Amino acid sequence: MDRFVIAILVDNQPGILTRVSSMFNRRGFNIDSLTVSETEEPNHSRITISLTGDQAIARQIIKQLKKLYNVREVKIMEKDRSVYRELALIKLRNSPETRQEVLSAVDIFRSRIVDFSRNTLCVEITGETSKIEAFIQLVEPLGILEMCRTGVVAIERGCSYLNSESNQ
Amino acid sequence: MILSGAEIVVETLIEQGCKTVFGYPGGQVINLYDALYMRSDRIHHILTAHEQGASHAADGYARASGEVGVVIATSGPGATNLVTGIATAYLDSIPLVAITGNVPNSLIGRDSFQEVDITGVTLPITKHNFLVKSVDKLADTIREAFVIAKSGRPGPVLVDVPKDVQVAKCPYQVCPVVEKQPQKLASGDKLAAAARMIAESERPYIYFGGGAVSAGISAEITALADKIDAPIGCTMMGLSAVPVDNPRYLGMEGMHGHYASSVGQDEADLIITVGARFSDRATGNVSKYARRARIIHIDGDSAELDKNVTVDLGIACDVKDALTRLLDLIGEETHPEWMARIAQLKAAEAEQFERVVPKDRLTPYAVIHEVAKYTDADTPIATDVGQHQMWVAQFYPFGNPRTFISSGGLGTMGFGLGAAIGASMATGRQTVLFTGDGSFGMNLNELATLTAEQAPVKIILLNNKVLGMVRQWQTLFFEQHYSNTDLHTRRTDFMKLADAFGMPGFQIRTLDELAPVMEKAFATEGPVLVECAIDEDEFVLPMLPPGGSIEDIITERGDN
Repeated sequence: MDRFVIAILVDNQPGILTRVSSMFNRRGFNIDSLTVSETEEPNHSRITISLTGDQAIARQIIKQLKKLYNVREVKIMEKDRSVYRELALIKLRNSPETRQEVLSAVDIFRSRIVDFSRNTLCVEITGETSKIEAFIQLVEPLGILEMCRTGVVAIERGCSYLNSESNQ
Repeated sequence: MILSGAEIVVETLIEQGCKTVFGYPGGQVINLYDALYMRSDRIHHILTAHEQGASHAADGYARASGEVGVVIATSGPGATNLVTGIATAYLDSIPLVAITGNVPNSLIGRDSFQEVDITGVTLPITKHNFLVKSVDKLADTIREAFVIAKSGRPGPVLVDVPKDVQVAKCPYQVCPVVEKQPQKLASGDKLAAAARMIAESERPYIYFGGGAVSAGISAEITALADKIDAPIGCTMMGLSAVPVDNPRYLGMEGMHGHYASSVGQDEADLIITVGARFSDRATGNVSKYARRARIIHIDGDSAELDKNVTVDLGIACDVKDALTRLLDLIGEETHPEWMARIAQLKAAEAEQFERVVPKDRLTPYAVIHEVAKYTDADTPIATDVGQHQMWVAQFYPFGNPRTFISSGGLGTMGFGLGAAIGASMATGRQTVLFTGDGSFGMNLNELATLTAEQAPVKIILLNNKVLGMVRQWQTLFFEQHYSNTDLHTRRTDFMKLADAFGMPGFQIRTLDELAPVMEKAFATEGPVLVECAIDEDEFVLPMLPPGGSIEDIITERGDN
């Protein structure tokens, strides 16, 4: 089982996210994370899906995605040729006993504190999923009160582009 | 010219070559029906008894003609009644355009009277669907729906038209009939690889499915078989693409496939698959499927390659072009030993049939054989779903393509009557519907449509007073617990039923009555209902048990 990050360029039309996510659901493919946002072209949106599966499942997913009418381009973002990023906001207990440990973790992970109150503090951390997970593991014993993550976005390095003219 | 949305729908359907539509009026399509009324000289609307019947009729129309079938329904319950019909078309890749009315845009999302999110409901059972928000997009959306429905692997498309869009006006200009989008052509390398595999094969087997019917490649398939000296088998959806009297043809394989076809496929060293998708009903246990064979899979839909069965060579392309070019790449081959083995299997199958089928009483085989005396190679043969469907699939002597009208993928009981009406309308021909008492009971309201249209549909009702297919499983795998499959307590008098709907009914209770009564029934103009009493314990054989493989094949009662 491998982790795949798939970038999908879609027409910016109502219902397209439902079409994509519904395909995963009905064919029994699991999604680890999903993000959707604007692109450099106003009539296209970009969906990034991260999932765990084998090569055969990844190939089948790509082919099923390409059959969807408003899907323009689908591409696996290969790990060694792409930049992956994810952002997490993590609210931690702020107590005199744990504060120092949190601050040094924040420092070491090059994250930042974006909110600070008497009893809580909020950390913003950006990076690859593995980095974020390592940070979470580290601060978990200190009391995570709330957490949200954006899911992975990915872009290829160098002169590869995902646009409606690109070919796989 | 400036037209209302409702008029634009009708003009666009006419423009796209649509002559017959099926449907049912209602509150949110009154405008559309008014526009149909005004253009009834150009487009024939057939009113069914229920929207489900209309959807199956449009589907049967498409299957028989190869054209896009069109069905119209109102919002809410009208639209949801189409769902089974749309799903049936989706699973069998049938080009269908469903047009539904909806509440005005201003009322959408407010749980208004007869409002349902039909694009949401049909999302997983359509190739694509549209909610038209403004009248200036309407004509192009319907044209796009036709393109999608008939391009590539065909399928259903739904266009939801809110009432205010039907009322609003905008300019309309006639456009030509939309073209199918061209499919990718097979690469020369892949075809060369296929040719090499064929040259290396000693026991090739050609295997086609519904894709062969929609791509119209009957001639290419038989030419390939002749050139490389191979037998031909098919899936249920492939039936009628190759005539039964072709000496290389073994019939369908799979769960209720012909013995020679299933065993032949198992013994082959190369399976050349065209337009089939290796459904579980065709393969049985996938891990034991075609263990001795390499598989070439040529299909219009790339997502079918390696979906159910991992193949040695997959080619996603225009299948007609691929077969035509492949024929030029391969040399003449002969496989006398293999063909002798196939002949042996066919002889064994014939011998089994002789042994298993009684000649002294009324059997489904006798009925099918008798009906075939009154039909020709072009007669559409519709079925419902169940034992009768399998008997027809196994034993009806199909001649020309598009004559087998049956719900394969979804297995929709109640499909047959509507579909037979649609097929009859599409071809203008006498059409036969084989049905069972279970399936027939589901949508027999369409007898009203049949008599209204006086369509020449001959209904052959095989009445065993049980839900035979489930009963067969209960006999074989559930210790004869006949849970809810016994219909003896029903008191339906099918002769009175036919009479009530205004059509002649005939009854065949014994073998002696078969020939004379069938003769009378087929001599009668217009629709007729022929009820044939068959035994409740008649089995569909052979049978590969679900999840089983060729070693588990049951060829006669008592094998279990």
